[in-house]
Amino acid sequence: MSAISPEGNGTPSIAERGGVRKREIRDSTVIRFAGDSGDGMQLTGTQFAMESALAGSDIATFPDYPAEIRAPAGTTYGVSAFQVHFGSVDIKTSGDELDVLVAFNPAALKVNLADLRVGGMVIVDESAFTDRNLRKADYETNPLEDDTLAPFQLVKLDVTRLTEEAVKDFGLSAKEARRSRNLWALGLMLWMYGRERRATIEWLQKKFADKPEIRDANIAALNAGHAFGETAEMPSDVVGYTVAAADVEPGLYRTVTGTEATAFGLLSGTRSAGIGRLVFGSYPITPASPLLHVMARLAEHGVVTFQAEDEIAAICSAIGASFAGALGVTSSSGAGLALKTEAAGLAVGTELPLIIIDAQRAGPSTGMPTKAEQADLLQALHGRHGDAPVAVVAAASPADCFEVAREAVRLATKYMTPVVVLTDAYLMNAAEPWAIPDLDAQPRFPVQYRTDPEGFHPFDRDPETLARPWARPGTPGLEHRIGGLERSYETGNISYDPDNHARMTELRAAKIAGIANGIPTQQPEIGPEKGPLAVVGWGSTYGPLYQAVRRARDEGHDVAHIHLRYLSPFPRNLGELLRSYEKILVPEMNAGQLVSLLRSEYLIPGEPLTKVKGQPFKIAEIHEAIVERMAR
Amino acid sequence: MATTTKDIQLKPADFASDQEVRWCPGCGDYAIIKAIQKTLAQLGAKTENTVFVSGIGCAARFPYYMSTYGFHTIHGRAPAFATGIKLANPELDVWVVTGDGDGLSIGGNHTLHILRRNVDVQICLFNNEIYGLTKGQYSPTSRQGTLSPSSPLGSLERPLSACSFALGAGARFVARSVDTAQKHLVEVLKRAHEHRGASFTEIFQNCIVFNDGAFADFTDKSVAAERQVHVEHGKPLIFGAEKDKGLRLKPGTLKIEAVTLGDGVTESDLLVHDEKDRALAQLLAAMEPPGLPVALGVLYCDPAPVYEDGIQARLDAACCGDLNDTLRRGRTWRV
Repeated sequence: MSAISPEGNGTPSIAERGGVRKREIRDSTVIRFAGDSGDGMQLTGTQFAMESALAGSDIATFPDYPAEIRAPAGTTYGVSAFQVHFGSVDIKTSGDELDVLVAFNPAALKVNLADLRVGGMVIVDESAFTDRNLRKADYETNPLEDDTLAPFQLVKLDVTRLTEEAVKDFGLSAKEARRSRNLWALGLMLWMYGRERRATIEWLQKKFADKPEIRDANIAALNAGHAFGETAEMPSDVVGYTVAAADVEPGLYRTVTGTEATAFGLLSGTRSAGIGRLVFGSYPITPASPLLHVMARLAEHGVVTFQAEDEIAAICSAIGASFAGALGVTSSSGAGLALKTEAAGLAVGTELPLIIIDAQRAGPSTGMPTKAEQADLLQALHGRHGDAPVAVVAAASPADCFEVAREAVRLATKYMTPVVVLTDAYLMNAAEPWAIPDLDAQPRFPVQYRTDPEGFHPFDRDPETLARPWARPGTPGLEHRIGGLERSYETGNISYDPDNHARMTELRAAKIAGIANGIPTQQPEIGPEKGPLAVVGWGSTYGPLYQAVRRARDEGHDVAHIHLRYLSPFPRNLGELLRSYEKILVPEMNAGQLVSLLRSEYLIPGEPLTKVKGQPFKIAEIHEAIVERMAR
Repeated sequence: MATTTKDIQLKPADFASDQEVRWCPGCGDYAIIKAIQKTLAQLGAKTENTVFVSGIGCAARFPYYMSTYGFHTIHGRAPAFATGIKLANPELDVWVVTGDGDGLSIGGNHTLHILRRNVDVQICLFNNEIYGLTKGQYSPTSRQGTLSPSSPLGSLERPLSACSFALGAGARFVARSVDTAQKHLVEVLKRAHEHRGASFTEIFQNCIVFNDGAFADFTDKSVAAERQVHVEHGKPLIFGAEKDKGLRLKPGTLKIEAVTLGDGVTESDLLVHDEKDRALAQLLAAMEPPGLPVALGVLYCDPAPVYEDGIQARLDAACCGDLNDTLRRGRTWRV
């Protein structure tokens, strides 16, 4: 057992050894902070990620929190965690295995230990390992005292006492003092990885400007944790690490979550389309609500945020707004998308631009609302009454949400169609560094509102895109009526003519299919355009798929990674591309939805690799599957 | 150059589209569309600035028959579409046409919230106390015991009062009229249009096929005068062919009672209609024959801030940020 206690192991302290603690070099590291949902794990992880990004690391984060707002303290289901993967190399995932686990109580240790690599470090607040807390976490014996942690490097610290000491001058109650534990631990981890504290201190000064004693206590706890490492109170075999800055493109950077990137992309797209107003109709639902919150703060950019009475009213308000010439956008998760489907059918029939953001979560029904899944793909494609095709796009990473949201605006307005944007709980909450784009330099795709009454009818069409004209109420001479009843191809008036309905059904399908001519052809992200194996994915699995394929290629396997942004329609060369591989492996966080689409569309022998645990794929899981296929 | 209706005074017929009207012969909807077209002409409305939004049902075909902009949407959701239209362009003059099933059953939630928010639209609820388009099932306003294909032994449910519901939802304008009362209906609709904010007008509409004569107990010429009270702001609540009956609070209660003038009862004992009195409006909305007359006219009108005005004020106050700056807000670093 490699457990280390700060006292009494007979090793000379660093001070005794000359006060210079050695630092080891690391390419990348994965740290997870885990505690009760009230312990401040999300902000601790966020601040650590921010300081790492400011130090020049590439980062990826993975917040993992319970659905309960204040789950009973000390329980395994109330554990909240925040994972940060940072390094000098290209970081594309939040990391497979943990190098360091900081556990604030037994429950946090119990839930997260399985993800710690053998030999990894586990830092615990030993004062939280009381009989009561151990019982709540279903530990029969104290894991700090048996051999549970033998495969790991255990660092037991009385974080509670050390924090209380650090803040004793600020007159806080014991409970308040205890709440600074997370900042003490953050300070220690910042020391361990040679990070600054400046951004965190500035953040605390701003956040607690009205509560000076809390502010000062938190800063003192942060500094005390840092000094604990610095002044060699740490066990002697705990060393600091140096992680070099990543080699990234020059530019101005910030961190961005998928939620923020989606909001900025929608706004940027609206600007590029020359549309004066974005109307965002939404209804609170996990994990899409943060987008509603971000949009509500963008009124200065002409965003009208409407918190509707339900999911149905949310999408209907967005469709009404688009009818009136604004860009209508609605957002939800899978269960809410189900409620919106009737209205989405109307938007298909009336051919109005509309953007539907689906932040997917584990279903069906309420399922696991804070956990990610990719199981709404078929709902997005087919979850409507009648033959009602729409465009569907998916974001691959938090920053990619910006590009995908812009593309959704372009497609919705160019083709006069609803566009479903698939994200998920992971993408919306996770953050990564983002080279901030110059919005003035973004490509423009201006809409043309119809103004000329000459020969106008509302379902007249552009011969190339098959889009109908966008004629805004308020325009003289273009008064028209649209609705759910079938429309005559020739006049736009109500028509029950059987041949007309067949023609219109085919036309609606042809319009969506034709989008394939206006989007890029599909290329592999990495690897050959023909060969023994292609790994095909979509959405937030991008990171693990890319890294697994890269690892396999480094080992000599000639495998390719293909990642789809466009799911309806597929890129026009996709069938041809896929047929050029001997094997197709389709990893998805669902029971095999894309693979069934690819098989039925292209008659190719795609093989599923599914994971439905509410957790992202690990690189190792994909890598193992690749190696196994290559050996067959 | 687009043609414009600016400076041209349109006639009622100018508000009719070229589409063949397909309501059943004798349907009350014919009278209502005539009254609305008359109203628009009298208001000097412009076709290009007017939008009719409807859900599903017989009444919901309304927009197709108008020469204005129109959106025939999905069942019950017209208020949500109308809200979106007003959020996109508050300058548009938006009318919502709905029915008792559309607006009070499947769409009850949306009716409630558009009234609560006070979006500046005119809601016209055609109440025929039956589902017409689906062939005659009882509706949420059908009287108890209504025999219909889905209630062969008579409906068990107690009916909803549309105006009571609207008042409960926080409506700031609630009125009532009858399809055949052309003059009255036009005057009520003009008031509804004049009102800034959501106006709610219940129009009793006869379904000649599935519920003929549903309102005859108070609209038939032989009984109308005795069973209707036409409310007017500032005037005592008097009714009857001889104008000899009135409404007063039953002494010592909060209940309305009908009294005959004379025998010690004078006009000064009667309630005087006050459009701004919500409690009185609730009492009037709940009255029904045979004990009390049906109240028609503007039951309640007390304007309040309009939802989209508030939205616009927020937008104006926030305007106008540079999105490039917004992206660069918070912690950034240069590589």
